[in-house]
Amino acid sequence: MDIAFLLNGETVQVAADPTRSLLDWLREDQGLCGTKEGCNEGDCGACTVMVTDAGGARALNACILMLPQLAGKAVRTVEGISAPDGALHPVQTAMITHHGSQCGFCTPGFVVSMAVAHLNRRADHDDQLAGNLCRCTGYAPIIRAAQAVTAEPVPEWMTADQGKVGFNPLSGPPHRKVGFNPPYLPENADDLATWYLANPDATLIAGATDVGLWITKQFRALPQTAFLHRAKDLQAIEINDTEIRIGAMASMTDVLAVMAIHHPSYAELIRRYGSVQVRNAATIGGNIANGSPIGDNPPALIALGAILHLRRGAVRREMPIEAFFINYGKQDRAPGEFVEAVSMPRTAPALKCYKISKRFDQDISALCGAFNITVEVGKVQAARIAFGGMAGIPTRALAVEAAFVGRDWTAETIRTALPAFATDFTPLSDMRASADYRLITAQNLLLRYFAQTTGELTDVLEVRA
Amino acid sequence: MTVAQPLPHDSAALHVTGQARYIDDLPTPTGTLHLAFGLSTIARGMITTIDLTAVRAAPGVKAVQQAADLPFTNDVSPSAHDEPLLSDGSIHYLGQPIFLVIATSHLAARKAARLGKISYTEEPPILTIDAALAANSRFEDGPRIWTKGDMGAALNAALLRLSGSIEMGGQEHFYLEGQTALAQPGENGEMHVQSSTQYPTEIQHKVSEAIGLPMHAVRSEVRRMGGGFGGKESQGNALAVACAIAARLTGKPCKMRYDRDDDMIITGKRHDFRIDYDLGYAADGRIQALDFTHYARCGWAMDLSLAVADRAMLHADNAYLLPAVRITSHRLKTNTQSATAFRGFGGPQGMLGMERVIDHLAHALGMDPVAVRQVNYYRATEGGLSAPPPAAPPEDIFAQKKPGTGARFGAAFSPKVAPQTTPYGMDVTDFALHEMTAALLTSSDYHARRQRVADWNATHSILKKGIAFSPVKFGISFTLTYRNQAGALVHVYQDGSIHLNHGGTEMGQGLFQKVAQVAAARFGLDTSAVKITATDTAKVPNTSATAASSGSDLNGMAAQHACDQIIARMSECLAGLHQTSPDQVKFTNGQVQIGATAIPFADAVNTCYLNCVSLSAAGFYKTPGLQWDRIKGQGRPFFYFAYGAAVTEVVIDTLTGENRILRADLLHDTGASLNPALDIGQIEGAYVQGAGWLTTEELVWDAKGALRTHAPSTYKIPACSDRPEVFNVGLWNQPNPAQTVYRSKAVGEPPLMLGISALLALSHAVSACGPGYPALDAPATAERVLATVRRVQSGGCGDEP
Repeated sequence: MDIAFLLNGETVQVAADPTRSLLDWLREDQGLCGTKEGCNEGDCGACTVMVTDAGGARALNACILMLPQLAGKAVRTVEGISAPDGALHPVQTAMITHHGSQCGFCTPGFVVSMAVAHLNRRADHDDQLAGNLCRCTGYAPIIRAAQAVTAEPVPEWMTADQGKVGFNPLSGPPHRKVGFNPPYLPENADDLATWYLANPDATLIAGATDVGLWITKQFRALPQTAFLHRAKDLQAIEINDTEIRIGAMASMTDVLAVMAIHHPSYAELIRRYGSVQVRNAATIGGNIANGSPIGDNPPALIALGAILHLRRGAVRREMPIEAFFINYGKQDRAPGEFVEAVSMPRTAPALKCYKISKRFDQDISALCGAFNITVEVGKVQAARIAFGGMAGIPTRALAVEAAFVGRDWTAETIRTALPAFATDFTPLSDMRASADYRLITAQNLLLRYFAQTTGELTDVLEVRA
Repeated sequence: MTVAQPLPHDSAALHVTGQARYIDDLPTPTGTLHLAFGLSTIARGMITTIDLTAVRAAPGVKAVQQAADLPFTNDVSPSAHDEPLLSDGSIHYLGQPIFLVIATSHLAARKAARLGKISYTEEPPILTIDAALAANSRFEDGPRIWTKGDMGAALNAALLRLSGSIEMGGQEHFYLEGQTALAQPGENGEMHVQSSTQYPTEIQHKVSEAIGLPMHAVRSEVRRMGGGFGGKESQGNALAVACAIAARLTGKPCKMRYDRDDDMIITGKRHDFRIDYDLGYAADGRIQALDFTHYARCGWAMDLSLAVADRAMLHADNAYLLPAVRITSHRLKTNTQSATAFRGFGGPQGMLGMERVIDHLAHALGMDPVAVRQVNYYRATEGGLSAPPPAAPPEDIFAQKKPGTGARFGAAFSPKVAPQTTPYGMDVTDFALHEMTAALLTSSDYHARRQRVADWNATHSILKKGIAFSPVKFGISFTLTYRNQAGALVHVYQDGSIHLNHGGTEMGQGLFQKVAQVAAARFGLDTSAVKITATDTAKVPNTSATAASSGSDLNGMAAQHACDQIIARMSECLAGLHQTSPDQVKFTNGQVQIGATAIPFADAVNTCYLNCVSLSAAGFYKTPGLQWDRIKGQGRPFFYFAYGAAVTEVVIDTLTGENRILRADLLHDTGASLNPALDIGQIEGAYVQGAGWLTTEELVWDAKGALRTHAPSTYKIPACSDRPEVFNVGLWNQPNPAQTVYRSKAVGEPPLMLGISALLALSHAVSACGPGYPALDAPATAERVLATVRRVQSGGCGDEP
């Protein structure tokens, strides 16, 4: 099976090898060596490319972007960021004049990220470039370059792909290359449901930010795969008076945009989830379904009282999201069953989410706590507290909740609840944090939550020199 | 004059368009083979059996090599011949290469390398400083000890004493371009090796040993690296040697690049250190006696560890007069990656030990640490950098003082006050920090901000701010004295275009641009007239590593020497033709002025060519006046010192230990900068890298010796938003009193240590939580900051267990 997409404006047709990364294909098959491999796991951004589809242009990491994910889209590499006649893009010129490159190896990735941000009129440069690591410059000249071009017009070649995407991605004769099982690319949830019921051992690939590493680092064989990005109905986000329902295939970028309106603290957590490139690929369903104990969505969703919607064939069921996580590596999901959507209350003014990691941006949480505590007339009416990184699964802190629900919302109440953390959690030590740090900090996050309700400044990100 | 202009990096336009070629981007001939190492899965022991059947049978595998298959030397060590390319049967760290896979693709080689079945008899690995001390596992027979004065007596005589200890972690280089090499076999077994290396001659040397041919049969070349930071001084040897051996075996071009995880698991990093200190001091803050003990974790092989540990000792004083001092240095051998060169090369560790002592002392006396620093600074020498800067541009100063003639200092710089000496007996004659400190404290508004920090802390209970100043005095020269030499090769073609080559390598620092600016300046041309070419051992032989910040000092001078030979020949020819004297021939503004006549440079060149003047020259330079005995710890190891100063402000969260750098003000001594834009780039980047070393960058090994932080998912270098939001960088742009190229100063390493101010500022913030001294270790991750906050809150002193 073949897929077709645009590469720097030209249509290309390639075998839909489910384990062939765009990066390797660009460098090895196309000789387009401007796109660099820095880590091969989506953490450094040296391989950043621009991908345009009906939703617009986005920056993605080519190292964990598999060829079937490109069907019907348009790819622009650093070679295509300059004009067809070689004229430089304004960000390229600014990077030269502001001395934004030293060794130059990260530079193509930065240039693409900056050009996409410029195209999308984003001026939050630190966030837009959080997924691009530079070891030479200390970033200052790069930011100066980004700031210098914010007001420059978008070159016309940067929008040339927008009218051309959406063509039949599977046309053309079969490619000669064999040696893999062609992936399944469902067009909607119904097709997926039918097919997955018949092929329950297949690997479902949403954004490939996790599965990509199975391929690039673990060399896992993926005998049967389905790439879900073409199922538009699975990407739907529906908001009514009381509820937000998010399709499993909604990207974290899209989830961030919704949460920025309805759950700002959750949005701030997502702002620090991966990077632009990772959030553009990653999906909320993938982050839930893989059952990771350190995924950042589940604690927030548990604290929100979210409901998970599962589907197996025509059969649908739902459950409180915390019930989905049974044990490390084990979820309440039957063969052939998949996550279809997650729904949550539209408002939760008391929700606060805290991500603790070694680095603020693009880091995996050592622990992630979400608190949703309802206080009325000085008394705690209800509480939902959940943590990631504190156990083998995302876990609700039931003993802690029980220790203060119904009591006065005071510092004293909070203090007496702290020992209950040790009832709820026996965290592990690993390279991200020790068990002691996790337990103490989890307790202290409750103190932070309380302090915030008293108006105390608690967030180092809000402090200026 | 092209020198001193803020020109962009020579490859900037290639970088931003993706056209700059790194080793893995070079087009390779059809049939190129790809390599990967099979790695040990234990940290210490002996191999009992190796079954590589599955490896050989894997798709695409052409050959597999083990130690016994190697044709000649099995060694890639840069020093002690203790580093086999492939394990000789003994295992010294987890990740040690055991076998070499040669396959048709990078991916096929990587996949096959995982299929080896190897059994071992395991021994308990020595992983920590304490374990190595207990086992007396070390390099050299015992600790190296340098002394000045009667330290013991002075310590006993001191009225006030304090002691403590600081631990500082290592650091992964995280050059964005991983280690890569490509070997192409030629006639008669000759080998052309292109590799991402800071040290092409060492590659040539190790490859020649490995394939059993003289060095003349091996050509080693590198146009650019995607970052080096010391990590490509010796760590690329294994890949280049493996490629050459495989190319010799198969007759095919062979390429090897480490996947990022392999790179981090296999290669060495910055040495982690523990430094113990015992201090005697006076009530005014003056240091009277200091006993330092350095413990360096060197890993399994010697590599460059002795020189690294030496340099830590050489910077144990940083900027302060130590009247009586003993420095004891233990170089400990552990079953971990062989720690290697990393920007600063031990200097940062030694310096951090000293800065900790000052910080601790200031806390004990309740003084502003800046005042303690100033009272202990080396004395300024009258007429040194205190003197008003000369009005004339630096190149004129240089022109008046030809290298190698006359006194080392001209009259304007002659010291009139006897200089003070370092612990190793070198006079400090160029001390600039009194003036730089005053200037930075003013420009950063330090004293007022320190008060504002205290006021802010008084009204905030959960978040605390801190602010700190720290100075840098960094010695410039290789301490392996013979390395202070360089060569260059300059051709002037008959059309007036210039081909420039030298022994230095380009890793992003802008060396090529700086040297091109020197060459263009000599000929009075724009840099566009000068073609920068790849470092190549066939053009300039016997090069030193581009390391020790020496690149522009050494290669700039060598290039200048080459240019000046050609200029002298041309001047003589042109003067003869115009019946004037050679000193009446001047090269400026693209013209050659011959007496009263001016002709375009290209015409002058063509005239010389037609008159049979040699228009090619090899230049050479060696640093004058160095003398060093590393066993005694006495001599003059450095040509001069580079200085810097920083003020950093931070905020911490006392509930989680999370912390941010809010503002950094840097003032750095570049001499008369060859290129202020490139120098500012070095300073900004070095500060962030130094601050990263001391904050978020944490290397974690587990109890079996496995590195658990072997990818950017777990090892966190600073990201964009980690740079200081307010980031003021100034150049102390004063001519170097030493006769360096255009009176510039080396800039690669020294500003890394400006990042020490970030750790000290965090310590200051923690000290707002209680009366005890924080004794904050590095890296100051959120976890370590929180633990220190809790100790201080509970009334304890941070360095108490």
